[in-house]
Amino acid sequence: MSRPGAALLTAPLLLFLLATFVAPIGAFLWRGVTDTEVAPVLPRTVAALAAWDGTATPGEEAFAALVADLRAARAGNPTGLARAAARLNADRPGFRGLLPTTARRVAAPFEGPARDAVLAASGEWADPEAWGAIRHAAGPLSAFHLLAALDLRRDATGSVAPVPEDQRIFRAVLARSLWISLLVTGCCLLLGWPLAWLIATARGWPATLLLAAVMLPFWISLVVRTAAWMVLLQREGLVNAALAAMGLIEAPLPLMLNRFAVVLAMVHILLPFMVLPLVAAFRALDPFLPRAAASLGAAPWWAFLRVTLPLCLPGIGAGCLLVFIQALGFYVTPALLGGPNDQMLAWFVGFYATRSVNWGLAAALSILLLAAVGLCVALYGRLAGFRRSGAA
Amino acid sequence: MADPLVRFQGVRKTWRAGGPAAVEALDLDIARGELLTLLGPSGSGKTTTLMMLAGFEAPSAGRILLEGRDIARLAPHRRGIGVVFQSYALFPHMDVAGNVGFPLSVRGVGRADRDARVARALAMVRLEGLAERRPSELSGGQQQRVALARALVFEPPIVLLDEPLGALDKALREEMQLEIRHLHRRLGVTMMYVTHDQAEALTLSDRIAVFEGGRVRQLAAPRMLYERPADAFVAGFVGENNLLRGTIQERDGDECLVRLDCGPLVPAQAADCGGPGEGCVVAVRPERVAVAGVAASDLGGGAWPATLQEAIFLGDHVRLRLAFGDGGEVLAKRPAGAGALPDPGGPAAIAWPEGAAFAFREAAPRV
Repeated sequence: MSRPGAALLTAPLLLFLLATFVAPIGAFLWRGVTDTEVAPVLPRTVAALAAWDGTATPGEEAFAALVADLRAARAGNPTGLARAAARLNADRPGFRGLLPTTARRVAAPFEGPARDAVLAASGEWADPEAWGAIRHAAGPLSAFHLLAALDLRRDATGSVAPVPEDQRIFRAVLARSLWISLLVTGCCLLLGWPLAWLIATARGWPATLLLAAVMLPFWISLVVRTAAWMVLLQREGLVNAALAAMGLIEAPLPLMLNRFAVVLAMVHILLPFMVLPLVAAFRALDPFLPRAAASLGAAPWWAFLRVTLPLCLPGIGAGCLLVFIQALGFYVTPALLGGPNDQMLAWFVGFYATRSVNWGLAAALSILLLAAVGLCVALYGRLAGFRRSGAA
Repeated sequence: MADPLVRFQGVRKTWRAGGPAAVEALDLDIARGELLTLLGPSGSGKTTTLMMLAGFEAPSAGRILLEGRDIARLAPHRRGIGVVFQSYALFPHMDVAGNVGFPLSVRGVGRADRDARVARALAMVRLEGLAERRPSELSGGQQQRVALARALVFEPPIVLLDEPLGALDKALREEMQLEIRHLHRRLGVTMMYVTHDQAEALTLSDRIAVFEGGRVRQLAAPRMLYERPADAFVAGFVGENNLLRGTIQERDGDECLVRLDCGPLVPAQAADCGGPGEGCVVAVRPERVAVAGVAASDLGGGAWPATLQEAIFLGDHVRLRLAFGDGGEVLAKRPAGAGALPDPGGPAAIAWPEGAAFAFREAAPRV
């Protein structure tokens, strides 16, 4: 069959992926880099602030524009007003109340400059930062959520600065996610290596049996496997009960709701993804190479370091990449088995998307996750690039 | 043999306790500087013998001495024996210089010295200028040379070659045979060569040990092996032979008369056979069978009647297939252009010189 014909056969799959994967995820991620809540509600204010330098409270025209915008929104678009308030609240806590309160207080006609009326409604408006929050939210494109996902924000003048110490969370969450993933990958490598070696060198039914044992967890859903660990690890769980029955412990050990439980369960769930590429790598290894190295005088450890290990690197890389990337996105297992300090990035994506309805931040955190994964893949591509030279 | 380099003493190898022996009661000496070939069909124990000397298999019994030291339990990397594997086993992630330099860097040879020795070794196998290539960028013959250079570069007392030319095509194989032979003569290094190809063994070897069923059937120089095979197996395995079954009629020392199953009564050298009444196999090399297009009765004694069935022209020689006696068949070879051939289907006579036929005990059925 000709290549264009074959390509045409993949069209249904491409369309399916486009409709169910690329489009929705793209639309979601798009929210991470856009800001659309504030500008439609406060169009005049946004326009008035365009030329403002951010160093001092803006001039009378900005106040007048704010009053006009708030009156219009209060009368015609209260939902939009609430949404804009929520968005501004994410930048500057207090806005959720400030905006409706100010709108209510300036709704009635008043005499004199708008500035006095607004400042009378709330002294908050004397702070340039409040106006800065509105200007940063003007959109349509904005780095606000991305900066927030990195614990950064813009001040009123527009320069980027870290958020106050007590409000920083995402850098720590990202570092924690990377650390847990790294730990899980390391454990999988250490535990999976001997098993993969055994499977690759075994013959006949023992090899099949071992491989089936590795594959078995794939038949059970991730949630069920995690729940099984809960049964084992909880205070009155099987492990504590067994240890107590043997008289080894007096009080139940805290086995769950901590980092240990999270790593343990994740290693168990992700181990096959390490073992399978390793088995493939070991099976592809010419069994005569270690013998050749030995005949040339290399002690077993030298042969391992200089011959076996370099040749298995692509397999090791593939296994580590698979495990690390999946671990980075783990949600259910840390949520069920971990404590408050063991939650990973995906948990916060879920939190902001469903509970606090801050889709912009949820999307920005997803972009962060995606970027971390992309970085890993790129790194692997560079490291594994030496394989291509063999084809020249 | 005085002061052999390697000595196998009563070596035996079984894969599991009480199982059949892969190598049985092996006593074999390798002299310094010689090229000894282990020749035999697959499963005859020759590769197992090589692997035991290299250290990849432990003998179940017996001793293996290298320069007088028992090495049977020594780890392979401490033996200092060069090995060329059938699959070459080049390190695919290293270039040619890295492969050849590997045994030197293992031994802590300094960079400058190493580079010089690698260059010398590559020149020796005529691979100058390819030092930076990867094994995957080389032809089969070039890979073979790299493997050879790698096994020789650290100047081991003995180099073992396990069917090293098995993966090459015929022309390249013959070229490499000569090259290994010349390399061996030039360097004076001791080599143990394993092959199932008897022509290769004849080309290369100082001595050949013919293996069958885990035992050495004959150990001799190539010419001796060809001209005076010790038993029916060697006669059939090394070179071509007509093997004709019969029964010994008379025996007088080294001479005997054999009544072939197909009828004729022929004289033969009693190489390895019993007395009158016992079954035997008579071996005659095809190139020693003379064929004439006349009736045997015209030639007098020492010739037998036969019928030409087929003549195959092979360029340098002609192969003749002849019906002999009652249901027997004889193969004859003669140089192309050496006189007229008898007519196919017509009467012919065959004869062979005195001493060209050997009578052997019938090969024992394989266990």
